[in-house]
Amino acid sequence: MADIESHDYDVIVIGAGGAGLRAAIEARSHGLRTAVLCKSLFGKAHTVMAEGGIAAAMGNVNSGDNWQVHFRDTMRGGKFLNNWRMAELHATEAPQRVWELETYGALFDRTADGRISQRNFGGHEYPRLAHVGDRTGLELIRTLQQKVVSLQQADHAEHGDYEAGLRVFAEFTVTDLLLDGGRVAGTVGYWRESGRFVRLRAPAVVLATGGIGKSFKVTSNSWEYTGDGHALALRAGARLINMEFVQFHPTGMVWPPSVKGILVTESVRGDGGVLRDAAGRRFMFDYIPEVFKDSYADTPDEADRWYSDPDNNRRPPELLPRDEVARAINNEVKEGRGTPHGGVYLDVASRLSAEEIMRRLPSMHHQFKELADVDITSERMEVGPTCHYVMGGVEVDPDTAASSVPGLFAAGEVAGGMHGSNRLGGNSLSDLLVFGRRAGAGAAEYIAALGGEHPEVSEAAVTDAVNSALAPFEVTDTRGQENPYSLHAELQQVMNRLVGIIRDGAEMCSALEQLAEIRQRAARLAVPEGNRQFNPGWHLALDLRNMLAVSECVASAALRRTESRGGHTRDDHPSMNPKWRGTLLGCELRDGSVEVTEHPQPPMREDLMRLFSPEELGKYFTEEELAVVRTPS
Amino acid sequence: MEGTVEMGYRARLRVWRGDADSGELRDYEVDAEEGEVVLDLLHRLQATQCPDLAVRWNCKAGKCGSCSAEVNGRPRLTCMTRMSLFGEEETITVTPMRTFPVIKDLVCDVSYNYVKAREVPAFSPPGGLEPGEYRMHQRDVERSQEFRKCIECFLCQDTCHVIRDHSENKESFSGPRFLMRVAELEMHPLDSHEEKGGNRPEEARGDHGLGFCNITKCCTEVCPEHIGITDNALIPLKERLADQRYDPLGRLFRRKNR
Repeated sequence: MADIESHDYDVIVIGAGGAGLRAAIEARSHGLRTAVLCKSLFGKAHTVMAEGGIAAAMGNVNSGDNWQVHFRDTMRGGKFLNNWRMAELHATEAPQRVWELETYGALFDRTADGRISQRNFGGHEYPRLAHVGDRTGLELIRTLQQKVVSLQQADHAEHGDYEAGLRVFAEFTVTDLLLDGGRVAGTVGYWRESGRFVRLRAPAVVLATGGIGKSFKVTSNSWEYTGDGHALALRAGARLINMEFVQFHPTGMVWPPSVKGILVTESVRGDGGVLRDAAGRRFMFDYIPEVFKDSYADTPDEADRWYSDPDNNRRPPELLPRDEVARAINNEVKEGRGTPHGGVYLDVASRLSAEEIMRRLPSMHHQFKELADVDITSERMEVGPTCHYVMGGVEVDPDTAASSVPGLFAAGEVAGGMHGSNRLGGNSLSDLLVFGRRAGAGAAEYIAALGGEHPEVSEAAVTDAVNSALAPFEVTDTRGQENPYSLHAELQQVMNRLVGIIRDGAEMCSALEQLAEIRQRAARLAVPEGNRQFNPGWHLALDLRNMLAVSECVASAALRRTESRGGHTRDDHPSMNPKWRGTLLGCELRDGSVEVTEHPQPPMREDLMRLFSPEELGKYFTEEELAVVRTPS
Repeated sequence: MEGTVEMGYRARLRVWRGDADSGELRDYEVDAEEGEVVLDLLHRLQATQCPDLAVRWNCKAGKCGSCSAEVNGRPRLTCMTRMSLFGEEETITVTPMRTFPVIKDLVCDVSYNYVKAREVPAFSPPGGLEPGEYRMHQRDVERSQEFRKCIECFLCQDTCHVIRDHSENKESFSGPRFLMRVAELEMHPLDSHEEKGGNRPEEARGDHGLGFCNITKCCTEVCPEHIGITDNALIPLKERLADQRYDPLGRLFRRKNR
């Protein structure tokens, strides 16, 4: 492999969404030569699809907001399974990360006094989401992209080379991490355009690869979401946690079939939209769980008053956390009260003027008009749950985003812990920025400690990685060949049907058997046609390896957790169990198989515990855990 | 498979297949189902007939601007082009964007755009304001916000006659997308580029070829985000430039109103 294209960097960031770009900006600002490797063109990452906003307790709309309130909301949303330190860092740092975007040129919607406007969202006590209409993710990605360009312009002015300090490798897929004695030494990947392989040496790698949604049939996620970072981390020896928690967003499009799963932003409900069954009944009042009874209205009158008088009324139940709303919709449809296409109605037309809808929800109007012939200013939308986000990911140190593998960092959706068992809307974009920055800084700190002594890349490992990626071209006996498109469709069916929004022990056992069978067949995945030049069939064959590994983690962890919590609902274990709150499930690779182990959740710091009432904590914690707050401080 | 198939029919697609060296239009018949878009059919072609068909796409929801191509000669996002636009008997021709060099099938080399993006001086933050101290009014940010709806599908670049059949102009012309980027920064209420000696309208003329644009509005017509590229970005930029050129003194007194 001596003739292979090679590069040396200080930091490699895999992924060019919000977390990856923020990590790269941070690493570069520490003077480190940084490469960003992204599967798509620069500026197309999945972050672009985020709609509603970015949660940060700036208190611009309601001055009662502060980091403690945001922290509480986040922990409640995650049913207290969150890594409390991550939730604390997130809540305290999010405002600075949003304000910083303005210095990069971002233009958020404004309040009357010229500050950043903030909107209501599910699970957030106050209006908290900074937004740009319903295209906030686009603003975030473009702003970070343009900040990267501005740093490149500075490098050009100084060195005559735009890419002296920060280079983006676009349409580039990483197949393997390279290790040297257990430490990160670099990566191997290929240019999608040419199929040519590249060896990149670097002592630090930041995973910012996003999620895993393409393992499910109905999903809001793009083709990129194949769990690459999750799988790379597993194969490098890192541990994934919380993989059983998968968020099904309550409102995806359900019709026409070809757009099933495409996201309908939660802002529709944040701005006043309500959910109705086929008969027009507003059903969410039937689904307020015991733990949330104190903060959600139980009559339509009170719920409607909340929009103008939030201090004296409780919130509408349409704004419960996503897991609750998704289960409610699922149940309405199951009990026969759904719409003709198997969803429920999301009605904003009868709640806001056409003009308001056009101003607040322009891309939703556009999306429904163009794709479904529905005018949301006068007609109801049909919606149903869609696989949206994975709470699980690489176990990291909260402060530095470091994984257990030296030199390997993870930020954003690929990291686990921050959101516990369920993520609140708006907490993802802020997560990307807070922990993207921390990962870049963590990598810088790690490299400084190395003191110039860098790990070596083994030539044999590079050769192995290249050969393994080329294996699908070697499967030439047509009789045993597996087609990547068909196998992918089978995998998606298994996960959607058996490890989806409502789960059951026997079904998951069956899923694991089917996944094992798919895995055996995947060894015979072939490139049906074409060469290495921009060949989607080959790309999918490689991505499938990652989707399979991740799917096995989800199913195995979900089978082990015998309770229901957040994005993990078991028909056979329908209640939440405080004993499970203190337990995290870890997934690791042992001899090529996924092994699930139980680990104690680090106990929450006492001052953070005291931000909640003992009564509320009592709904989630065991008596032993509560002892610390039962005594006055 | 779930979903309704009773509305299905066999659609006729003519797709450009080839690479930088050579290529041809090939005919295919492929199933179409109710509500589908052109990209769905390209995906079905991949899954059933031509597994190596190169198509660039991401979100399939009109938000990322990856799946640009020409459908019956018109620049379009294939994910937002519904099959119901066409008759069931009609042959639908899908070709790569003409303005950019082909890599393979429907995938083009769009690096021109990233080169041009780097040549527009970035937002220059105002001095004396800390993060969190920025104050702007909604009416003042709305003009630039319209341009920031751009999903960088590059369809406006593809259709622009200045470069569509004149690649020799690419050197000196940045195209509607990046002239609009200059306009966006020029209208940003807090951009301090000018205070630091820059002059965005003049740069639009000298560095990005604003003079090439003779406002035929082709870019505006193909924009999937319905941005008023010509009326709201390019013409005001030209007017600002004209003001400056014919009234150089006035410019000294007309600092941006903050």
